[in-house]
Amino acid sequence: MTKKTKSLNLNFGPQHPAAHGVLRLILELDGEIVEKADPHIGLLHRGTEKLIEQKTYTQALPYFDRLDYVAPMNQEHAFALAAEKLLKIEVPIRAKYIRVIFCEIGRILSHILNVTTQALDVGALTPSLWGFEERETLMTFYERASGSRLHANYFRTGGVHQDIPLKLVEDIEKFCKSFPKILDDLESLLTDNRIFKQRNVEIGIVSKQEALDHSFSGVMLRGSGVPWDLRKSQPYEIYQDLDFKIPVGKNGDCYDRYLCRIEEMRESIKIILQCIDKLPKGPVKSIDGKISPPNRDDLKQSMEALIHHFKLFTEGYRVPEGDVYTAVEAPKGEFGVYLISDGSNKPYRCKIRAPGFSHLQAMDYLIRGHMLADVPAVLGSLDIVFGEVDR
Amino acid sequence: MKENLKKLKNLINSELTGKVQNSFIKDDELTIEINENDLIEVTQFLKSNEKCKFRQLIDIAGVDFPEKEKRFKLIYLFLSHENNFRIKLSINFTPKQLINSLTKIFPSANWMEREVFDMYGIKFKNHPDLRRILTDYGFKGHPLRKDFPLTGFNEVRYSEKEKKVIYEPVKLEQNYRNFDFESPWEGTNYIKELKKTKNNNDKKN
Repeated sequence: MTKKTKSLNLNFGPQHPAAHGVLRLILELDGEIVEKADPHIGLLHRGTEKLIEQKTYTQALPYFDRLDYVAPMNQEHAFALAAEKLLKIEVPIRAKYIRVIFCEIGRILSHILNVTTQALDVGALTPSLWGFEERETLMTFYERASGSRLHANYFRTGGVHQDIPLKLVEDIEKFCKSFPKILDDLESLLTDNRIFKQRNVEIGIVSKQEALDHSFSGVMLRGSGVPWDLRKSQPYEIYQDLDFKIPVGKNGDCYDRYLCRIEEMRESIKIILQCIDKLPKGPVKSIDGKISPPNRDDLKQSMEALIHHFKLFTEGYRVPEGDVYTAVEAPKGEFGVYLISDGSNKPYRCKIRAPGFSHLQAMDYLIRGHMLADVPAVLGSLDIVFGEVDR
Repeated sequence: MKENLKKLKNLINSELTGKVQNSFIKDDELTIEINENDLIEVTQFLKSNEKCKFRQLIDIAGVDFPEKEKRFKLIYLFLSHENNFRIKLSINFTPKQLINSLTKIFPSANWMEREVFDMYGIKFKNHPDLRRILTDYGFKGHPLRKDFPLTGFNEVRYSEKEKKVIYEPVKLEQNYRNFDFESPWEGTNYIKELKKTKNNNDKKN
């Protein structure tokens, strides 16, 4: 006698603490085994690309903070680079260093959040409590540079908005000296933890070929053993002058990706320390008055500065016709901006390439045959933030 | 880097003669324009050729040019890890045309094509699951088309009376104001049109 079984449809989310935001997953279950997963996204869709088409280049920048809101400046960076490429302007060397420092801070911010919440998803509470304390410190650095903890709006086409205070550099250095110890503590909780390993080792394995086919980038690609990092392979800003390593995984499972993230944080610390060491003096934004707004002091004295200020904050600057694609190595992977300009002061089209979009797409193939309890573990290691997936 | 791009351009031009309509390098980026019917073949070539090896599809970007007869444009961005190249493949077509889906060659094209379909209403042939992806269930229209208003057509709110979320036509408390700040000497639209017609007339003469 054969027994008939019926598969069970389970609705996971859109409000679920392990969904890392508003993800609705329709799971088809055979007992506890997942047979199919159909992610429904778009619940956080805000029409960023449409809005950017209506805004000048300066006004479009803050939208990028709101994409991947755990590492805002990395996104801004991609847009600033795209506009600079079209305008063909040089960024002053000091601005490049400041940008790199804050991008790496963003990377640490994102990785702390991911590593600790992944631990939370599989049942460990303490790492997130420890990690968030450090994130708070990092966000105060953001605040001291830009005025806000999360939505920084700090990068500009041609540099950064303002120079950073002297004391801030010292404090970042102090943090970099103390942070490896915190990482060691985090690792002592997780890396050899038996439960953490049971939940992550050999879960969600991605082979090299599959990682390429599914357009994976960042840690998802490196975890599977592909040594590819845009900071090394297509260096932008000053990454070619810095000494850092690219951690690569071996098995391509959730545990390897966790290890990669931990190592990347250590590398980021090294990068920041090098930048602080070398940090040159000079202007922090392009000296071209047609693109960068003038100094506050000049406004009171110089007629030309006043005109520039007025024109920049009403009309904005015009960007020559053309289309470019620029990508940066954001904490989650390759974050790209494909920008088309028609020669006016607003982008004609701005396509945002979010790494999380491709990663989440592979959810179905990653989770097939796994247990229901592995869904949060795999989802956690994909490093999904809905701000960027839904745009 | 530049040299390599030029070599690649020449290679593609010679291997795909008749298929490449236009190819150029601008801002250190190689763009290739092809006919929409050759899409599958060209992509196969780019993926499998030893000197190209574009094994990753980065993104598909749709663009809308409502004033052109071939209204839509799709730009496929590819990346080759082995050779460290990027390439842009672009096709132009009319709204009625069906485009071949790349899902067989690149599984990741699935959602990207769904997004293009959602945003522009471009339909793909042989796509396994062409549904809307980013907009709401039951959404009407294609938001990234240039003739779709920024404010949309419907707004959503919770109705205390019906005890559920309802859709209503958009009511703006204040008129939507779109300021045209471009310099009236050279930037605003009517001046641009004047310039265009003048340029065209000059060319004719």
